[in-house]
Amino acid sequence: MSSTTAAIEAHGLGKRYGHRWALADCTLTIPAGHVAGLVGPNGAGKTTLISLATGMLAPTTGTIEVLGGLPASGPGQLARVGYVAQDTPTYAGLSVADHLRLGAHLNPRWDAGLARRRIEQLSLDPKQKAGRLSGGQRAQLALTLALAKRPELLILDEPIASLDPVARREFLQVLMHVTAEQELSVVMSSHLVADLERVADYLVVLVASRVRIDGEVDDLLATHHLLTGPRRAAATLPASQQVITDSHAGRQSTFLVRSSEPIIDPAWTAEEVSLEDLVLAYMGPSSGSPQEQRLEVHQ
Amino acid sequence: MIWLTWRQFRPQAIAAVGALAAMAIVLAATRPGLSSGYAAAGLSACHAHCATAASIFLDRVGNFDKFLDFGGVLLIIVAPVLMGLFWGAPLIAREVAEGTHRIAWNQSVTRTRWTIVKLGLVGLAAISTAGLLSLMVTWWASPIDAASLAGGSAQAGTGGNGVHITFNGFGEARLDPVIFDARGVAPLGYAALAFALGVTVGVLLRRTLPAMALTLVAFVAIQVLMPNFVRPHLLPPAHFTAPLSTQHGQVGTNVGTGITDIQLTGSFAKPGAWVLSDTVITPSGAQPSDIIMTPAGPEFTVLPRACTPTPGSGFNPVPCRETLAAMHLRQAVTYQPASRFWPLQWIETGIYLLLTAGLGWVCVWQVRRRRTP
Repeated sequence: MSSTTAAIEAHGLGKRYGHRWALADCTLTIPAGHVAGLVGPNGAGKTTLISLATGMLAPTTGTIEVLGGLPASGPGQLARVGYVAQDTPTYAGLSVADHLRLGAHLNPRWDAGLARRRIEQLSLDPKQKAGRLSGGQRAQLALTLALAKRPELLILDEPIASLDPVARREFLQVLMHVTAEQELSVVMSSHLVADLERVADYLVVLVASRVRIDGEVDDLLATHHLLTGPRRAAATLPASQQVITDSHAGRQSTFLVRSSEPIIDPAWTAEEVSLEDLVLAYMGPSSGSPQEQRLEVHQ
Repeated sequence: MIWLTWRQFRPQAIAAVGALAAMAIVLAATRPGLSSGYAAAGLSACHAHCATAASIFLDRVGNFDKFLDFGGVLLIIVAPVLMGLFWGAPLIAREVAEGTHRIAWNQSVTRTRWTIVKLGLVGLAAISTAGLLSLMVTWWASPIDAASLAGGSAQAGTGGNGVHITFNGFGEARLDPVIFDARGVAPLGYAALAFALGVTVGVLLRRTLPAMALTLVAFVAIQVLMPNFVRPHLLPPAHFTAPLSTQHGQVGTNVGTGITDIQLTGSFAKPGAWVLSDTVITPSGAQPSDIIMTPAGPEFTVLPRACTPTPGSGFNPVPCRETLAAMHLRQAVTYQPASRFWPLQWIETGIYLLLTAGLGWVCVWQVRRRRTP
């Protein structure tokens, strides 16, 4: 994998069901070599984007490339991408061991040792039918299946949305551990920022098919500031400070600004922003019409 | 892919093998009785004019064997439907409905290959099951079929002791529309078609139960349409025509209506033929307009209009016979001769296999279209 190849690259990507566009004119680049979080409200098009990236769906308009290749275009491309689908489906009638055998038969790069170790670590009974596993165990089994095929890119679609907090934490721990170990790129969607905060080092906020903001998590946190000071209009801030949200109460104004320069105005109290606040600011309604928001976001 | 297909199909395969084995045991246990009955009726040694011996044999076949013969035919006709419903319809629909296609289509195997292997292997299993079933039942029923081909016919309720049960179609020729579906290679074609139909409907509907329902309706429609509207024309039918003798017509009076008519017997006698139409014509080939006629097998009940009794005057058969004789009525039969059995079997099976291949192509094309997230 060359470092210049993107994990996912889409241009003008759209998917229509009948008259409804599930994803429209989406252009985005998610670089490889990251654990990238794809966040956005329900209906933003995350699942559709992921279905297009895994080749489960064919685009209505535009193009999408995954690791430089067309999704699901052949056995080679399929082998490079691991996918854990929403609700982590498994074959209810097949045992845990059967799932591993399935993986071994269908993937030339299958890592049987890794699969076996993972099942042991999870203390899953190989003879147990997948239909009798708990939600968390099923998610772990689906993750094992995707990891042991030794993909270059792992795509996860809300893998933990339906799990209880304990199972959720376990899943993320395993994911963090393995991604560090295997040196693989990860793209993981979620509508819960807290889930991603622990694992993601790259973030894409998708709202209504549009990328509202993307970048490395550290950069995003370093360039966003929460400013509190005497009441003033957003338009009066310096041009280098891009206002994301503003709120005014009495004599006080609070702005979330994006600025690559340090905040030096002594009138302001500048605070660091949490990832969750940052994402919510971009996801939620802000000043200006939605049309204007779209224009201002992606330079 | 072969392993996964086998692993997923294993429960159904075990059920099918179990059913075939049970069936084989019952048939193997009862067949010697049938063979000895065949020999006892003198049919083994008979080479010409065996109709009487054949009828004797058919009349002696016991109720349980009749039941088996009927059951065998029924099973072969029903088995393709079952395989279409329970093997075909869920094959892909169930994966899509339960979301497991998202596992299957994200291994390092293209969905084209996935579809072809699943279709091919389970389809072969369906064809083999139907083939074994047909082979077993054809072998078991061969004495009955041979007797029927020799011109024998079962007269329910005559001779022997105890109650005789009549099964529709017992001792019928192999070309009989129902028996035809249950003999030879046609069941293999039916099984292949039913299975492919089930898979295709499942792929299109993406839900198992509606797919099963639609498969059932569509396949039963095929089973009804094929023998009634397609099979008679697969090969040009043969024609038979011969004068009807009016001399020995039986005169009878219907007690209810009080109308007297004359029964004539046609001379068409081709054992094992599949009669498509059987009518009375005038020498010019036209349908006679001046008689009222009811055809029933080799016999016709005719009533010349000239003889319609007038109130007050009785029925006089003599002028009636003369009127009939003057008409020079002929019997006209269109039929498929018994020798057409195998040509028709191969043609029909070929049609089914072509349709199966077409449906298989639709399945692969639909799965490749990538419209199921």
